[in-house]
Order: sequence, then structure tokens, then C-alpha cells
Amino acid sequence: MLRIKTPKTHKAKRELEKRAPKLVENGKKTLFLHGTKTSDVLNAVLAQFFHLKRDNAIRYTKKNENIRLFESGGEASLEFFSVKTDCSLFVFGSHSKKRPHNLVLGRMYDHHVYDLVEVGVENFKPLESFTYDKKLAPKAGTKPLFAFIGEGFESVEELMHLKEVLLDIFRGEVVESLNLAGIDRVFVCTAISSTTVLFTHCALRLKRSGTSIPRMELVEVGPSMDFVVRRHRLPNDSLKKEAMKTVAHQPKKKMKNVKSDAVQGKIGKIYMPDQQVGDMPLSHKVKGLKRERREAKMKSTTKEDDQPKKRKIDSP
Amino acid sequence: MEAANYQVDLGNLMAYDPTHHFQSIPSSREELTKECLQKGTELVQAIANALFSLPSTEDPDGPLVRLPQPTTKLPREKHFPKPKPPTKWEQFAKMKGIKNRKKDKRVFDDQTGTWKRRHGYDRVNDDKDVPIIEAKMTDEPGEDPFSKRKEEKKKRVEKQEKNRLQNLKQAMKADALPSHVQLAATALPITGTQSKAPKKASKVELENVAGMAATSTASGGKFDKKLPGERPPKHSGKYRKFLPVVEGKGMGSQEKQQTDKILNKLMAKASMDILDVDKAVTMFNVKGEKKRRKDKDQERSSKSSKFESKKKQSKGRDASSSSSKLKTKKKPMKKSSKKKQ
Repeated sequence: MLRIKTPKTHKAKRELEKRAPKLVENGKKTLFLHGTKTSDVLNAVLAQFFHLKRDNAIRYTKKNENIRLFESGGEASLEFFSVKTDCSLFVFGSHSKKRPHNLVLGRMYDHHVYDLVEVGVENFKPLESFTYDKKLAPKAGTKPLFAFIGEGFESVEELMHLKEVLLDIFRGEVVESLNLAGIDRVFVCTAISSTTVLFTHCALRLKRSGTSIPRMELVEVGPSMDFVVRRHRLPNDSLKKEAMKTVAHQPKKKMKNVKSDAVQGKIGKIYMPDQQVGDMPLSHKVKGLKRERREAKMKSTTKEDDQPKKRKIDSP
Repeated sequence: MEAANYQVDLGNLMAYDPTHHFQSIPSSREELTKECLQKGTELVQAIANALFSLPSTEDPDGPLVRLPQPTTKLPREKHFPKPKPPTKWEQFAKMKGIKNRKKDKRVFDDQTGTWKRRHGYDRVNDDKDVPIIEAKMTDEPGEDPFSKRKEEKKKRVEKQEKNRLQNLKQAMKADALPSHVQLAATALPITGTQSKAPKKASKVELENVAGMAATSTASGGKFDKKLPGERPPKHSGKYRKFLPVVEGKGMGSQEKQQTDKILNKLMAKASMDILDVDKAVTMFNVKGEKKRRKDKDQERSSKSSKFESKKKQSKGRDASSSSSKLKTKKKPMKKSSKKKQ
């Protein structure tokens, strides 16, 4: 037998609605996880990546023994966390002799692992090691710019994949309108060799150039590191096809109280509350009064205004 | 500038330079990052050129621009919402060509002479507003028409609830349940086996058990402290009863009666089949037959023993006495002696 279960509170209902599949999706959330062992470098990397994505991420700091990506059956625990937290991106750090400072970046589709890229972290420079004018520091939750440099991102399959995953993780929500005053950060990724990518986070300084387009200047604010690509797993074709589906035309929001008429054109409907003329306060600047009377009335009102204030002070 | 070489995706605020190639990777880290940043600045400038040339609207917080759709395709997070299957009623209405009509939310109520809601609390034609129900010829005597009305309403609600569940089940099959509805199993889905959930012990049961435990000491709980709310044992005292052995009236004679009863039973049975003639005859016949057979055997063995006697003498008396042939001689003797008795 089945029983209908509905949320008891409106908050719970809203939470469920947020998680439901939608035609136009909200931004992807990121989950930060630790493996059985993590090095100091990885702890810092995970903490600082989380800091960069603070507005839309969840971080678990406990060790996870059951998560073994790239192995069959090692994803169950991760998929459970994905359902629990409603995250569809993850960053998983682990450290071993064979793969030191290992970072697995991945995406989920329908709470199942979609693809994976494994990178090693080298030459890590933390946030704290950079000195710059703190006024330039990027604000939390601003939409970042991306600069990908190097032919490797087009020719090497691993790097091509890494580029897409990095973009997905750091781009934030897809927006329709953007405040130009709010662009203050850029991620610069450079393919140094066929396996290595230099990843750095910079603040933007907008300078006057004499034209409407400002001159851009980059100030490195960190973190900065090298990603050495290790293993990667692409999604299978059927899953990819399914996940890449898009709507042909986005549904328009229903316009209320606006009609178009063939003869009159655009017609709007306005709702006004009933005017309560009897209750309306009249101003004292009534033209009908003589000037002396008007002034006398003004004086009396200002006095009246003063008096209650004094009383208020006296009363306690 | 050579901005044409860059791929700019304004929806993602991304620029990509696919042509850049390091001639020689700088040895020192500083130089490398410097070169990267220099290149990055060029790319960022390319984005800014495109971004700041978009038509913008003024806002107190800054100029707003409308971004185009991202050109880099990234996968979705979840599948598309699936279309909800039509409900039973919707199917029926479509078949019959029934269309929804808009109805006013407020209706004039003749009963009270006021405007009221069509549905819900304080609605029109509400049960509690009906003071009198006129009797009909078909009414059964002794039935409360008000409670009947209430019952019917209850049944209609139940039926609707059942229909709703059925429609939701269909929606679940199509993976199109509304986000806020979950269908939870109320029992195990295995049919045929009604595994009952472990019953919670009732208060009375617990008290009984507590009482039993309290009396299970050597003294029968006589000297134990009573707990608050503890019940006295259901059965206090001993279970076994011994009847008085000394003869007398009433209770005293019961012991004799008991033993008499048992004895009579035994005697009566023994008297009935003290001698079974048929059985005795067959037994006699069988025994006679056995005896004849053994006698024959004895004669044969005595003849053969004559030939062997010379050999046995050389071996010695002790060995021959323990031999089987001597034993066989003895046996019929024994049996015959029994029969004689």
C-alpha cells in the first residue's frame, strides 16, 4: 500500500521545489570532499576552492573511505551525498604514494557520476602568500571571467575535458543580465605542456582608457597552482546526448495585466485601491488661507511637533 | 589587435586563445606566471571589449547589460521535467468532450441569504447551515437524516482520496510526480506474507510481568519491597495439591477414591484379556516347530563331531570346551527345560 506524503511546512515544500528537475535550471552546487588521506597542500586547496565558491558549495571535512572514483562500486557513497546535498559538481581530494596531491574534479547527472578528471596539484601557492591592495580583493559570489590560453586545450583530449569541467565548476549561475560594476575576478588557465595546466586566480583592475571601454589589468590574488592531468573518464555517448539536451525556446514568463489590441495597441490594466477622501490628511499649506494665518498655523504646528518630543524625553 | 583569433563566449564570460604556443617554457616560475598574466590580460581585454560594447541600461548599482546565451554547451544537472499523465477524470472529460468552465468563487446562498464561498470553510450549502431536512416517503424510520448526510459526505471524500492516490501512482510510473508529493510505502511490498510489526507491550502486560518477576524469589516475593504501580501477582500461593492420606469424610476420602479408580481401571483390563486362547495356541505351535528343527540340527552335528574328535584330543580339553559345537549341544537342553516348566 502507498500513502501520500506531503511536506508539513512551507519551508520544506520550497526546499523540495528547489531540488525538483526544472526546464531552466538553477546554478549547480559543488561538494568538497576528502578521501582517506589528504596532504596539507590538498587541505589548503580544498579550503580555498571552497572559499572561492562559498555562495554555492558544501564542504565535508570528514574522511571518506568508501569513495573510490575510477573504481567500480566506489561511487555509491558520493551519489548518496549528491542526493542529500543536491550537489551536481564535486571536488574530491586524496593523497597517496602513487598519486600524491590528487584532486578529482567531476560532474553528476541525475545524481549519478557523469564524468571525472583527475589532476595532481603542484607548485601550490595559497591565498595568503599573495600581497596586493586589499581594495581589489574580489567580492564573494561575483561572476568570474575566464581566460584559457594554449593550443593544448583544443588538441589534447584530457585538457579539452579539463577546460570544460573547470568552466562548469567555477562559472557560477548562468545569468541573463550582468552588472558591469560587478566584474572583479578572472581565472587564467594556461596549458604549459600536454599534461600541465597553470591555474591562477586574479583580481581585475579597471582603468580609464579614454574610451567607454576600460583598460583591464590583472592582479594575482591566488590561489595559484599547476594541474597535472592523470586519469579521466568521459561520459558515455547516450548519457552525454541526454544531458546535453536543451529547450528550443525558453518559456516566457506570463505577462499579467497587459493585453494587445488590434486597434488600440498595448493596453495595460491598473488596479487602484479606493480613495478614502474623508480620511486624507490635508496639508497646512492651503492656498485659500491668508498669508498671516498660514504662517501662524505653520508656527503652531512646528511647536506642536516639538512638544511631544520634549515630553518623550521627560517621561522616562 | 588580433582579437579575431580569440574565441569569446560572452554568456560564460570566457575567452580562449587556441593559437598560443610557448616557444620555450621559461625556467623560472615568476617569468612563467608573468607571461601567462600578460596573455591573460589580452584575453580579458577581448572580453571587456565585447562586454562594454553591449547596450546597457543604467541602474543605481551600475550599468546592466543583457548577456547572450552561452555558446559553450555544458551538461544539464538533472533530466527535463516529464509531462504529467492525464488523470482518470481528464481522460474521461476528453472522451466526452467536457470542457472546464470558470465558476465564480462566491455564490449566493439561499439558505442564509448571503454571499458565500463556493468551496471550503463557511461555504454555500454547508451541512451545519441546514436546520431542517424534510422527510420523504422513502426515508427509513429511525434513521437520522443529518448523520446520514454527514456519512455520505465522508464517503465522497474518501472516494476522492482514493482516486487521487490512483492518479498519483500513475504519475509516479511516468516519473512525473509533483515535487512536493512523495508516495511512501505503508507496509512491506511483499504480497502474501503479512509480517506483523512487533507489537508494543501494553501497560497491563508489563505490570503482569513485573509482578511475576517480583514473586520469583525463594520467598515468593513476600519480603521484597513493592514498587509503585506494581500489581499483586495474579496467582499467589502454591499450585500443587496433596490430598490428606488419613482417611475421613469429604476431602479425606478423596485420596482413597483416586487410588481406587486407578486400581479398578487396571483390574478391569486384566480381567478381560487374562488368557487369549488363539494367541496361546499359535505360540504353542511355533515353539513346537522350533524344538523339532533344533533336534534335527543336533543329530547332524553329533555325527560330524565323531570325525573331528581325534583332532580335538590332541589340541587339549580347554580349547574344545569353548568351541561352538559344544555350545550348540547345550542350548536345546536349556530350551527344553523351559518348556517343561
